[in-house]
Amino acid sequence: MAKYNVLNSRARRVDGPAKATGRAVYTDDITLPGMLYGAILHSTEPHARILNIDTSAAEKLPGVKVVLTGKNAPSTKYGVSPARYDENVLAVDKVRYIGDEVAAVAAEDLETAQKAVSLIKVDYEPLGHVLTVEEALAPGAPMIHEEFPGNLCAEVHQEFGDFDSAIKECDIVLTRSMTNKRQDGGFLETFAAIADYDHHGYLTLTSSTQSVHYTQRTVSMVTGLPIGKVRVVKPYVGGGFGPKASASAVDLITSLLSIRTGRPVKITLSREESFQYSRARHQFSSEFTMGAMNDGTVVCLHNKTHLEGGAYSSFGIATVYYAGSLLGGPYKLKHMKYDGYRVYTNKPACGAQRGHGGVVSRALFEQMLDMIAEQIGMDPVELRLKNMMQTGDVTVNELAMSSLGMRECLEAVRDGSDWAHKKGQLPPGKGIGLACGFFVSGAGYPIYRSDTYHATVVVKLAEDGGTAVVETGSAEIGQGSDTTFSMIAAEALGVDLEDIRIVSGDTDYSVDLGAYSSRQTLMTGHATKDAAEDAKRQVLEVISQQLGVPLEELDAFGGRIVFKGKKPDIKEMRTRYIKEHRGWSDWPQGEDLTFGEAARMAYLERGSIVGTGKYKPPKLGGSYKGAAVGTSPAYGCSAQVVEVTVDQETGQVTIDNVTDAHDCGFAINRTSVEAQMEGSVSMGLGEALFEEVKFDSRGRVMNPTLGEYKIPTALDMPEMKAIVIETNEPNGPYGAKEVGEGAIMPTIPAVLNAVYDAVGVRIKELPVSGERVVMALVEGE
Amino acid sequence: MKQRLTLKVNGRTEELLIEPHKTLLQVLREDLGLTGAKHGCGVGDCGSCTVLLDGEPVNSCLVLALQVDGREVTTIEGLAQDGKLHPVQDAFIDHGAIQCGFCSPGMILTSKALLDANPHPDHKEIRKAISGNLCRCTGYQKIVEAVEDAAQRLSGRRK
Repeated sequence: MAKYNVLNSRARRVDGPAKATGRAVYTDDITLPGMLYGAILHSTEPHARILNIDTSAAEKLPGVKVVLTGKNAPSTKYGVSPARYDENVLAVDKVRYIGDEVAAVAAEDLETAQKAVSLIKVDYEPLGHVLTVEEALAPGAPMIHEEFPGNLCAEVHQEFGDFDSAIKECDIVLTRSMTNKRQDGGFLETFAAIADYDHHGYLTLTSSTQSVHYTQRTVSMVTGLPIGKVRVVKPYVGGGFGPKASASAVDLITSLLSIRTGRPVKITLSREESFQYSRARHQFSSEFTMGAMNDGTVVCLHNKTHLEGGAYSSFGIATVYYAGSLLGGPYKLKHMKYDGYRVYTNKPACGAQRGHGGVVSRALFEQMLDMIAEQIGMDPVELRLKNMMQTGDVTVNELAMSSLGMRECLEAVRDGSDWAHKKGQLPPGKGIGLACGFFVSGAGYPIYRSDTYHATVVVKLAEDGGTAVVETGSAEIGQGSDTTFSMIAAEALGVDLEDIRIVSGDTDYSVDLGAYSSRQTLMTGHATKDAAEDAKRQVLEVISQQLGVPLEELDAFGGRIVFKGKKPDIKEMRTRYIKEHRGWSDWPQGEDLTFGEAARMAYLERGSIVGTGKYKPPKLGGSYKGAAVGTSPAYGCSAQVVEVTVDQETGQVTIDNVTDAHDCGFAINRTSVEAQMEGSVSMGLGEALFEEVKFDSRGRVMNPTLGEYKIPTALDMPEMKAIVIETNEPNGPYGAKEVGEGAIMPTIPAVLNAVYDAVGVRIKELPVSGERVVMALVEGE
Repeated sequence: MKQRLTLKVNGRTEELLIEPHKTLLQVLREDLGLTGAKHGCGVGDCGSCTVLLDGEPVNSCLVLALQVDGREVTTIEGLAQDGKLHPVQDAFIDHGAIQCGFCSPGMILTSKALLDANPHPDHKEIRKAISGNLCRCTGYQKIVEAVEDAAQRLSGRRK
């Protein structure tokens, strides 16, 4: 008998048919009876005091139901990290970036709402603005938040080991710097929400969100409604990648408009507004000093990183910690010092994006490993293997690698790419590069301090015993989590995948922190397994009692009850079942007792069979300041080899192919794991080669379209070879851990190392445009 | 002032009175309740709104509805026949070519049009054909594989 009936297969996604036929419903597809349309007035000033807002003309426009400004909307400060609640739903007294929400309108139709917004007059007194880290930190710079003088949103100073002593003993000391550009989430579905405040005082918010839970909490806090009166529902979501992991301005504005009007209100941001709202990847400027020995041992790192964060904190506190903590592995580094700074500027707020906080740090670190290897004449693969951590190791900043297939990943891409015959042997203009990386399988702690479960799940059996419903607040945002949890539930319950129906993304179903930090497979997966096993146990208890078989001799697998010992006579039970279903044609066949029969007996004995499951991680990590960020019950890891062609005349970089290996612990669904790996590479290549949100001198986004902000097209992407590594993570359900973000970590440095291999220049500023390559070539000469 | 529009949508003739500034995408989504075509950008950059106009893929956000009076439109809702998925749809599901699903209706219709015109495209031809349909989730690998497989399935069906 196969070990698993459902898991580790290439099962079709449960949402595949709905999405392939246009039946899958996204927020903007929904129209409710009596629904109003909302529109938002955004600041046209980067930093200014609001002297006056005149809404009279807007209010008089026929069809307008309500106009909200900072004066008649709640002024409760909110945000992501409780230590940095620094946002208002609508600007109070001043605006902090071009795009800041100043006023909102609800009207009978969209055209009227937009017309009304255009009729609102705002008088501003400019306060002077800062757009870069340097400008923001300069003495006498305009102060964006009074609570944070000097525009310093957060600073981190950590030291593990003793960097200053260690660096003196090193044979090789290197100092290098690097910067990226702000990236956009680039999801195809923009931010959207529909709020519906009903006559019982309950608010139902339908939102394009990655976390119904955090959105519920924030909406509750800002509106003043009890949490139990706020329900957040996530229909299908057209991509998230991080920026949708917290309550958006759209969630809050539609909620307030609906409460004021007593009618449903919808707002869907335009593409330009979505760029302007951002919450996506920060700009990082890093300078690293690394020390190593002549034998290739990497000894120490001093990481100095500045994050240009925009006007509000969003996820930025976590980001600035991650930019340091995620360099603790996957190499044995004994001494690590980190000085991180997140700085406010008068630009859209940055937040979390795939590979949260770690991507640029990783890019610089992996390039420096190659530089060390070159200096001592060692192959980059060998250097990495020499320093690699393995299962059971703990990083210098106390992150425990309970499973780590880093060596397996590296060897897989080395062999899969034919590295040995290519490195150093490709013709001029062709290059090959590699890099590694790792990432959390879920943040060890919630964003707000709490002992909450990170995931609860309910599994309900149908009264006829034939099917089960999985209820979870987790968020299917495209990564395939509904399929993952359906598969886990089927396996744990002992039925087939088609006998499971999942309903998800609704705060009414369960508590779940949502889709961020690559947490759901491990955490919601545990809770799903727990709930399904609970339901199964209840069924087996009844069977045990009715058939006189000890409970420990019973199990369920593939829709059948398994008797591990002597098989009892099931005739009487089957007759009873069939009598319950007179006139039906699908009677159970064969000698085995079916799960359906057993579950029906359990229902007749006990009523509805409902299994519940829950998960929260144990206490993780050290006790130093910021020790929580980077902790996780498990870590996924990746290695990639990228081959490039660089046009030496134009500097144009073309990606020829990518070989990618990822250790996901155990692939619940093999196709979904590869899909996450390939998607990660795509986002990484976009950031490496062309993605850059550009701003004019006043902080206005200059390229707020998917034509001018370039994400990879099918012609930009190479053929990819995805290799799945499984190391059976002890803390994961069935051994599973993350894949969604770890897989992006090696992409940028692998490209940069390949470009160096091709043309011998190091590019210090992303994206690697033709212009930058040519400039570097000219300077190199 | 509203004007009369006659369209054949998914084999059914629709007669509508619409404002002249409305795009085909708006008419499909708002007047006909066909929300499979998505609004991703509104300016023809992303391809999420792709539908087939007399069999050719177009960005329906760039087409004024009145411009296509009397013509035939196929949306994603019209691709499956008699409750059976089109081979392109099936192949997309089998290969994991669908993640968030927002690009999928347009991507599938573009692929179908490609295979109608070129029953055996190579990877390069597939990539070129779908290059106007952006996907942020997949990196296109599984989409290309799905289209290639759909070509096989369709040629098997023709035999």
